[in-house]
Amino acid sequence: MKLIIAYIQPHKLNEVKQELYRSEIYKISVTNAMGCGQQKGFHESYRGVDIEVNLLKKVRIEIAVNDSFVKLTIDAIIRGARSGDIGDGKIFVLPLEECIRIRTGETGSEAIG
Amino acid sequence: MKKQMLFLVILFFLVTVASFAEESIESLTAAMDMLWLVLTGALVFFMQAGFALVETGLTRAKNATNIIMKNLMDFCFGSLAFWMIGWGLMYGADKLGGIIGFSDFFKGPMEDPTFYRDWFFQVVFAATAATIVSGAMAERTQFKSYLIYTVFISALIYPVSGHWIWGGGWLAELGFHDFAGSTVVHSVGGWAALMGAIVIGPRTGKYIRTEGKVIVRAFPGHNIPLAALGVFILWFGWYGFNPGSTLSGVSTDISRVAVTTTLAGAAGAVSAMIVSWVWFKKPDASMTMNGVLAGLVAITAPCAVVSPGAAVVIGLIAGLLVVLSVEFIDKTLKIDDPVGAVSVHMVNGVFGTLAVGIWGNVDGVARGVLHGGGWSQLGVQALGVVTVGLWVSFMSLLLFMAIKAVFGLRVSEKEELMGLDITEHRAESYSGFQIFSNM
Repeated sequence: MKLIIAYIQPHKLNEVKQELYRSEIYKISVTNAMGCGQQKGFHESYRGVDIEVNLLKKVRIEIAVNDSFVKLTIDAIIRGARSGDIGDGKIFVLPLEECIRIRTGETGSEAIG
Repeated sequence: MKKQMLFLVILFFLVTVASFAEESIESLTAAMDMLWLVLTGALVFFMQAGFALVETGLTRAKNATNIIMKNLMDFCFGSLAFWMIGWGLMYGADKLGGIIGFSDFFKGPMEDPTFYRDWFFQVVFAATAATIVSGAMAERTQFKSYLIYTVFISALIYPVSGHWIWGGGWLAELGFHDFAGSTVVHSVGGWAALMGAIVIGPRTGKYIRTEGKVIVRAFPGHNIPLAALGVFILWFGWYGFNPGSTLSGVSTDISRVAVTTTLAGAAGAVSAMIVSWVWFKKPDASMTMNGVLAGLVAITAPCAVVSPGAAVVIGLIAGLLVVLSVEFIDKTLKIDDPVGAVSVHMVNGVFGTLAVGIWGNVDGVARGVLHGGGWSQLGVQALGVVTVGLWVSFMSLLLFMAIKAVFGLRVSEKEELMGLDITEHRAESYSGFQIFSNM
């Protein structure tokens, strides 16, 4: 089992969701996140005063999958989130020790799938 | 001692006032008219705030600053354009047999208080027509292109058809009756809104084509309480819009107009709510709010010539029409109108104008089909609806296509997805709040 965490551009979330859906990955958690990587910040202005915003709005996606789904999931996220510009985001893959479904008490790959 | 002093002071004032003022019926009437039109004009101005809030509330958080800027600046550019050119085309000396007025551009005599009274009352109506389009083209229009549009509608499109009806033009000669502007104001804005929405196309992701089928997605408005406040403000402003259109502070119609306006707005909400309740299983808030506005738009033309009973019927039909029309425009025609501006202002502007020819009940002004007036009034009303519709649709279609060709009408897809607040104004509406800008 793996936990896949991806940070993507907020406006790409919809396309990522659609790509995941096409690859038959339906279980997903999404949170608003802020951060900065290579993209650095951007400038806003308020009443003529420049504001340097260096923490950008990102969306964090978490998907727990069985090992056979790891590549499928990663490919789907890339297809949805990639624009070729700096700031498209990153994907992390972590080993996942255990997973328990609260309602039934199922564990492991049954609980994930 | 103090009481005596006070009494003397009051006596002194009364004597001086009585000896200086030469009161006559005319001077008192003029004073009442002046007060009434400036007061109700200010109420109509406040409707700009209503429009701004309705549109802000019914769209997404990432575009709120853009909507507010559009609503603020269409009044500002529009009022300047209306002073420079619009007024002259609408109320200037008649040319070409009632087609257009042409004089009094940049008018500003130091005397002539009645001109200023009338100009102030008219400019807020012109601005109402202009601001309707903002909602239909929300969340995807370039700011500068919208500003160009707003100058043209206030300087040219609105004043010409306005001249036909309110400026003593050819429709007025035929006996066309539009008391406060179902056609002159609302349908003009509504037709322009429809053309704008067609030319610019739907918001990205609104209609998704998959395997030959088109899925219609909803983009929920980000602040329903704000939209509701906007509806209340619009309704409040309508008590300037309709009762003020008596154009006289001593008119005996003022109170009845206020009553018919109230009843139609209420009936519009009731019927839109019931229709949405039956259709969507729950009473839909934003649809009910559209129902209020639909009833108010529909009663705007006939408010002075119909009975309260007829006003209720007009409101009920308007509420039904608005729900059907929103559904039809969104799901069948696939035209993206984020706030329902076309359904509220065009559809019900047309219906309200025709209602004069059906329920009209005042001799010498408008007598409708149901009150023994025959079909002639309804025919004239229909002629006005068609000609104004053609004029505005053609001109605004031309205008939007020209803007599209020269400056571009739409922001890029990336800008649209990031939100117009950041991309058009380099600022956020809700700094310090977490907003899902991916909505």
